[in-house]
Amino acid sequence: MSDRLDWVEVCAVDEIDEEDVIRFDRGTKTYAVYRTLEGAFYATDGLCTHEQIHLADGIVIDSLIECPKHQGRFDIRSGEAKSAPACVNLRIHPVRIEAGRVHIGLSD
Amino acid sequence: MSGAAKTTTAQWRDYSLSNEAPAPALTHEDWYACPIPRKQLRQLSRRSDGPALRDYTLWLGLLAASGLLAYLSWDTWWMVPAFLVYGLLYGSCADSRWHECAHGTAFRSRRLNEAFYHLASFMALKNAHLWRWSHARHHSHTIVVGRDPEIAFPRPPDLFGMVRNLLHLKTGPIEMSKLLRHSVGRLNEVETDYVPESERAKVVWTARAYLAILAAVIVWSLAAQSWMPVMFVGLPTFYGSWLHHILSATQHAGLAEDVPDHRLSCRTVHLNPVLRFIYSNMNYHLEHHMFPMVPFYALPALHAAIREDCPPPYPSLWAAYREMIPAMIRQTRDPDHFVRRALPAGAQGHRAGATAAI
Repeated sequence: MSDRLDWVEVCAVDEIDEEDVIRFDRGTKTYAVYRTLEGAFYATDGLCTHEQIHLADGIVIDSLIECPKHQGRFDIRSGEAKSAPACVNLRIHPVRIEAGRVHIGLSD
Repeated sequence: MSGAAKTTTAQWRDYSLSNEAPAPALTHEDWYACPIPRKQLRQLSRRSDGPALRDYTLWLGLLAASGLLAYLSWDTWWMVPAFLVYGLLYGSCADSRWHECAHGTAFRSRRLNEAFYHLASFMALKNAHLWRWSHARHHSHTIVVGRDPEIAFPRPPDLFGMVRNLLHLKTGPIEMSKLLRHSVGRLNEVETDYVPESERAKVVWTARAYLAILAAVIVWSLAAQSWMPVMFVGLPTFYGSWLHHILSATQHAGLAEDVPDHRLSCRTVHLNPVLRFIYSNMNYHLEHHMFPMVPFYALPALHAAIREDCPPPYPSLWAAYREMIPAMIRQTRDPDHFVRRALPAGAQGHRAGATAAI
């Protein structure tokens, strides 16, 4: 499974603050990469499934990302839509840390 | 062409969401946002249960105390001021609080947000599962004609309706008729446009629950042959929402339409602490629309952070009305008239025409 993934370097670990998110664009696609207060990293598609707002402009609350426009929330670990107006789950992507750099695994 | 020809009814716009030629859609990227450092915005957006718990405890405590005074003074003249205060705390305070909880910003805890959202929505007689979606659309398309379902003052503005709303007699009957229609499972074309299919059953069951509670209170009143039960539940939305209507009219009335810049379509008005408590700081309306993830208790700090990039706030409610009312009267005959907010010199995103006088 993992060899089908295209592992892409995003940034250094310390470029994402604790309990924060950054935007990562690749080609025509955009992603959101998160760091929790506990130091875990996660990645999801970058746009809210409700109205295509960049989630990287939102805030991380525990293990949730809140959309900046309508405050819909997703669990960043599973992509599950947790509160309206977010109803459709978010696609998640695996993350690994290598030599202090954050990588996300992308597949078509 | 004569001047009279300019004000024919043909020029009035269709504000309904069924409008076949709405204003062009705007994406989130189109909307102007004042520059603010990411870390500062994150700090301002940080959630805490403490401020809202204090605010809501005070609100419900005052509501209970005024309710007790109203009960004890029943059948005396003292019940008049007691019910005025009770009604204000019930009708006007609930309306600003359903709104804050709808955004999920009042409390850090989602459960507390939801619990108070449903309580305040019932008190305001606004279907919680309908208004959640309607309000999301309002934030996507703020005062964009044919796309925003919450334009309270379309042109020509209903000035008589403003007066009727001092007893909630414009909004109240509309919301009650919606509850009746939703309770039998009927959402109209506009509502099905913004409420996803998966959520429509919740709208129906919420309407049924509200009507069941109201019916029980009315039956109680009839059985007891007393107005007391309905004076405590149901009617306060009507006799107590007047201050909310006075405050909320300042949000957008008379301002620009179809402009992707909240500085030109929203008002920020300075109010005293008592009014800000009643209104949950929604007087910082420009700030709320531009950064809706900032909770009500952080809006004054957000205002301070971006004020150099915004039109000057109105110094008082009176100042806002002094501008609003003449503009709205003129809008009853001139569909092109609106208040043009003056951006400060050097403001970001400054656009031609934005500083023109009324």
